[in-house]
Amino acid sequence: MQKAENIKKYKREVDGALANDFLRLAMDKFAVAYRGSRENVFSGMDVNGIIAEVAGAKDAAIARMDELYELFKQNAEKAGITVHLAETALEANEIICKIAKDNDVSKIIKSKSMTAEETLLNHHLEANDLEVTETDLGEWIIQLRHEGPSHMVMPAIHLSRNQVGELFTDVTGKQQPSEDIDHLVKVARQQLRQKFIEADMGISGANFALADTGTLGIITNEGNARLVTTLPRVHVALVGLEKLMPTLHDALTVNRVLPRNATGQAITSYVTWISGPNECKADATGRKQMHIVFLDNGRRKLAKDPVFSQVLRCVRCGACANVCPVYRMVGGHQMGHIYIGAIGLIMTYFFHGRDKAKNLVQNCINCGACKSVCAAGIDLPGLIKEVHARILDETGHPLTSVMLSKVMQSRELFHRFLRYASFAQKPVVGKTGYIRHLPMIFAREHDFKAIPAIAERPFREIWESVRPSVENPRYRVALFSGCVQDFVYPEQLVAGLQAMAGHGVAVDFPMDQNCCGLPLQMMGEKSAAREVAAQNVAAIDPDQYDYIVTLCASCASHLKNAYPKILDPDSIAGTKAKQFSDKIISFSSFMNDVIQVRQDEFTRSDETVTYHAPCHLCRGLGVKDAPHELIQKAGVFAPAQEEETCCGFGGTYSGKFPQISKEILNRKLDDVKQTGADILVTECPGCVMQLRGGAEKRCDSFRVLHMAEFLAKQRK
Amino acid sequence: MDNSKNICSIFSEKAKAVSAVVTKVPTIQAAFEYAADLCRQNDPVSGQAVKNGTPPPQNQGPRSVETQKIVAAPGLDSGLYAEFEKICGANDLTLTNKGLRDHLTGVAMGFTIADYGIAETGTLVINCPSEELRLSTMICDIHVAVLPMSRIRKSAYDLEPELTKMFKNSPDYTSFITGASRTADIERVLALGVHGPLELHILLMEEK
Ligand code: SF4
Ligand code: SF4
Repeated sequence: MQKAENIKKYKREVDGALANDFLRLAMDKFAVAYRGSRENVFSGMDVNGIIAEVAGAKDAAIARMDELYELFKQNAEKAGITVHLAETALEANEIICKIAKDNDVSKIIKSKSMTAEETLLNHHLEANDLEVTETDLGEWIIQLRHEGPSHMVMPAIHLSRNQVGELFTDVTGKQQPSEDIDHLVKVARQQLRQKFIEADMGISGANFALADTGTLGIITNEGNARLVTTLPRVHVALVGLEKLMPTLHDALTVNRVLPRNATGQAITSYVTWISGPNECKADATGRKQMHIVFLDNGRRKLAKDPVFSQVLRCVRCGACANVCPVYRMVGGHQMGHIYIGAIGLIMTYFFHGRDKAKNLVQNCINCGACKSVCAAGIDLPGLIKEVHARILDETGHPLTSVMLSKVMQSRELFHRFLRYASFAQKPVVGKTGYIRHLPMIFAREHDFKAIPAIAERPFREIWESVRPSVENPRYRVALFSGCVQDFVYPEQLVAGLQAMAGHGVAVDFPMDQNCCGLPLQMMGEKSAAREVAAQNVAAIDPDQYDYIVTLCASCASHLKNAYPKILDPDSIAGTKAKQFSDKIISFSSFMNDVIQVRQDEFTRSDETVTYHAPCHLCRGLGVKDAPHELIQKAGVFAPAQEEETCCGFGGTYSGKFPQISKEILNRKLDDVKQTGADILVTECPGCVMQLRGGAEKRCDSFRVLHMAEFLAKQRK
Repeated sequence: MDNSKNICSIFSEKAKAVSAVVTKVPTIQAAFEYAADLCRQNDPVSGQAVKNGTPPPQNQGPRSVETQKIVAAPGLDSGLYAEFEKICGANDLTLTNKGLRDHLTGVAMGFTIADYGIAETGTLVINCPSEELRLSTMICDIHVAVLPMSRIRKSAYDLEPELTKMFKNSPDYTSFITGASRTADIERVLALGVHGPLELHILLMEEK
């Protein structure tokens, strides 16, 4: 559970997690293994098609939530189930507690339910003198340790077998050999079986509530939910309203994705369908006492929210944590309160409040890995930013971000500020081009990478001298530079022009272009982000160009994907934004797919080249093959295992969480090193800054080049 | 016919991939022989917890010699039950079809006849509103399920009408069972038999 009151304490806890070697190793192994097993289990399937089906089915059900509830209730009551609706977490807990008291219950067994964790049900029951035992192995372990889950599917993934062995030694009062996991599992089997036998009431969650038959569907691997719903005389299911689905068909569709996405299994060992109170010889009546408590806790409001209703699509597969580079570094206790991972950052705000969410939502690097695997197609990074912006609106924007957003909304002021910075840094730059001695406030945490100096002359000042003159052009192109290339790496843009030379590309550099606005979006400054977007759409008239080329993947993805959304689609600016967005193209795609540079234009050297796929290129724009093909045309390609894993930059993120950024970078550079490549090519100035700065600091032997620099260098 | 063969082989392949043992049997009698033979040879692992009694012993060893291994087969009709009982007796096993709540710490084997199979995932569908039948698939060390080959469908979607009919006939309890009970909660290492059966044997029964 995440309980840090302020960002400083939160960062301290993050540091603690980063220093936990077991956790780091376990997470690393898991991240790599998960990627492989997910790929395997989905092979031959149209993953995106099924995900779209899940999203569609969930959306339809969410829109009919109230109606489905009534229908379910009718059918369930006909079958003899008592159905309750709890508006809040407390109300749900009180209802369940009352059922226990009314039925003279003293011992309760539970199978896994995230919803019960959301309401902190165990605390409530225990405070009312009821004995509660979790029976899912991982949940039992963390219950015994008085901890919260660190993963939605694998709640005890942060623990080693030794820790579990010690725990079981305590519990059984007998030395348990911890190296033998099979043995530990058998110990749990025996201990828990006794609990099953003694219990008077079983509490479960449910993955599905089928309205047309009043059926609950429960997915487990261990089989504990079957015992929980069979042995005790009373069964209570606590179910979030978003689990309601019209028919079995919808549930079967979700079930095609959920286990595959969660653990790489085609299906879990058990899927249990319960309709009505079944035979139960432990009750005098011969039948089970069965109750279903539906939990609202804000869900009905959420279902009606145009932006956030998609949160309710979540099927709790946990995949968004499995692929998250931040989760991989810090584990679940720093990446969620009760719900973990990308969705956890969002749900914490809705189910557990602003205070618990305000630090967490800042800990997203915006790499998009979660969105690309989400079983329900939820725009997780977008919603995380949205929550962040809402919290700022509610609590006030920090002064620095207000000032920065003011400055950035005026291009001239912003650019003057950058020019001033280039002047002010002079004494600390020396001849290397890196800032050698940072002012003390930055120095300690930021010393993992060499920070490049601001260029002496930005691209906009040298533009006229490098502007290509092309007669009878084949393509008319506007260059969108982005701030980093304009002011820090103008040479990348110059290289880009060289790489295009001879292909009849007439390039224009519209001077009124401003920052793309992504950093503002990341800081939660939505209105400033909208303002600069409008400025850019006005500065570059899409009608005049065949393409708007950008060498910065982050800019490109923001311009292409976010602009049409953040500028009101019904306004004229919105229509323009759509036209603008249609013309945006990444440098690689332009070089490889549009002008189709040929192998014989390049001198192929013997140097091996590996590639880092910028998040905003491979996932943001879906550009994966063009960079590979370009590298193969101009050099010897040595692919890296974790090519698509984030480098840890994330713009303002690396400034906010430098420790995490550093560790992600280290993993990345290790992976690059393994390829033995001489050159690491990438296509985003932010990635170049992070990777080159890190490699310089670690004295890695490979060079880091922007794709434009690499192609310009290899041109005949 | 080719198609149904194909479905059977997909079923076997998928079920084996999740550690189920899949064998073909010509008749139900052959299934009884298989089960009894397997049960006789197997070392029991279930603990011996007792209702409201002393805590279970920590080490599971073989049960004391005088207790006979129990095979539970609550789903069989009386004719088949009598045949199976004879075979069990010959193998020094006790067959039962009721009172499983007296054996909650575990029985050696549960023997069931599955309602359907799902090829795509190697899944058994067992309709078990009867408590005895349900328990027999949960508290056994080894679960042996007979699946008539004609009952295998390609995907779960193909069973929608049948399943919905079962659900409507409430109270109803229907289980999809795929492989043995498993966990990976400790260091993500796969371990079988955390709560339910440690082994699942599926006997594909050929058509008469
Ligand atoms: S965008 Fe990346 S960093 Fe943010 S939550 Fe998703 S996976 Fe994690
Ligand atoms: S948000 Fe998506 S990926 Fe994350 S747990 Fe929910 S369904 Fe799975």
